Amino acid sequence: MALQSLDIKQRSATTTPSTQVRQTVEIAKLIDVSACIGCKACQVACSEWNDIRDEVGNCHGVYDNPMDLSAKSWTVMRYTEVEQNNKLEWLIRKDGCMHCADPGCLKACPAPGAIIQYANGIVDFHQENCIGCGYCVTGCPFNVPRISKEDSKAYKCSLCSDRVAVNQAPACVKSCPTGAIQFGSKEDMKDYAAKRVADLKERGYDQAGLYDPQGVGGTHVMYVLHHADKPDLYAGLPANPSISPLVSLWKGFAKPLATLALAGVALGSLFHYVTKGPNEVSKEIEDEIEREDALANKEEAK
Amino acid sequence: MIRDPKDLKRYTASERANHWVVGISFILLGLSGLAFFHPAFFPLTQLFGGPVWTRILHPYLGVIMALAFVVMFFRFKHLNKMTPADKEWLSKVDQMVDGDDHNMPEQGKYNGGQKVMFWALAISMLLMTLSGIVIWRAWFDLPVDIVRLGAVVHAAAGAVMIGLIMVHVYAAIWVKGTIRAMWYGTVTRAWAKQHHRGWYRQVTGK
Repeated sequence: MALQSLDIKQRSATTTPSTQVRQTVEIAKLIDVSACIGCKACQVACSEWNDIRDEVGNCHGVYDNPMDLSAKSWTVMRYTEVEQNNKLEWLIRKDGCMHCADPGCLKACPAPGAIIQYANGIVDFHQENCIGCGYCVTGCPFNVPRISKEDSKAYKCSLCSDRVAVNQAPACVKSCPTGAIQFGSKEDMKDYAAKRVADLKERGYDQAGLYDPQGVGGTHVMYVLHHADKPDLYAGLPANPSISPLVSLWKGFAKPLATLALAGVALGSLFHYVTKGPNEVSKEIEDEIEREDALANKEEAK
Repeated sequence: MIRDPKDLKRYTASERANHWVVGISFILLGLSGLAFFHPAFFPLTQLFGGPVWTRILHPYLGVIMALAFVVMFFRFKHLNKMTPADKEWLSKVDQMVDGDDHNMPEQGKYNGGQKVMFWALAISMLLMTLSGIVIWRAWFDLPVDIVRLGAVVHAAAGAVMIGLIMVHVYAAIWVKGTIRAMWYGTVTRAWAKQHHRGWYRQVTGK
């Protein structure tokens, strides 16, 4: 939900710059996967704060519940059992919007102001302007936005933009009992992550690292991973996410060029008409037909 | 009322109605599609009752156009087979555009340019329909890579199709005495003899 108290840096389907003069601190949420116990308090806090209740689903025989993100579940825990270094590992990742610096959803959206990016880095959907086309789903490299079956609007994690606007941490951060979810300036979160990574390396996770993918310009939700070399282990977290080249082609320079080309065809036609004149039937042929008719009339008269 | 019984019948009432259904749906599709093509055209959504209504209506209009186009395609397909005379006509199209048709070969019901237009529109229409189904989220939920490809194809084929129709419409405006064929189906004998002499001979026996 868009709030004017936050500075808007970018808005969808808008070709002129948004407010740029005030620079605010870039924020980030850091999810330390190695400290997560999978209690789902964050899922509950998200539902509570945003006042959205998803359907009570069924147990699918696994811990994941609900099984996937939805218009009413903006964050879900994804549980994966993997074998690494001959040991069973239970990887738990809190999935949701990554709040990309270069958001594919915003790039794809055709409705002015339906998706906005605040100066602090939060990417927010403004459902009031959403038309329900689903282009944000097409543009997202993380498969996050969901279209509601009830109102055909797109929904996803807002990073509690309403809380952040009044200097409160997101609801999920507040609820985490182990401190696995941290919130602060992006710089502070990077520093904190560096300490966590150093600690994990000491404990034998040589490939521990920070997940802040540069293919999307970095994200405002970052992960500390014990296996940063294999993000795919964590329920298919993409290793090198970026906006698909197809989306860039679809939303890039081709359309303004095509618009110019169409204007060229229209103006070209107009000036062709003005300079060459209309293509009329020649006097010669008109006369021929008239002579034929006159002849035929004479024959008839006889 | 001007009714020359010697005017030549070019289109039946049902062919004309068919063309109008395609034409009207194309204009509505073009306007609503452009609204989502680039932000510069977004205000066009106001013509359709707002942006959400535009998003809802556009694909259904597409279904109407696709069905009407298929019927039209099978009606006129046999008249649009390329002949050597068409190729000669196309090789001299620059003279025609320049306003000099003295060296143009005799043409049947349709000239080479009209036949190229027919096939180019048929291909565009096929691409538009297939890619449109792929990106129609109200009814279909396909893998994201296919949807991304569909979005690119739909935008590209749409732009090409609008360009082709602009040429199609201008050609009808430029060649005087043509548009009446679309309204009430007849053309003058002089018009036919001037622009489609092969067809003129065929229907008059001269």
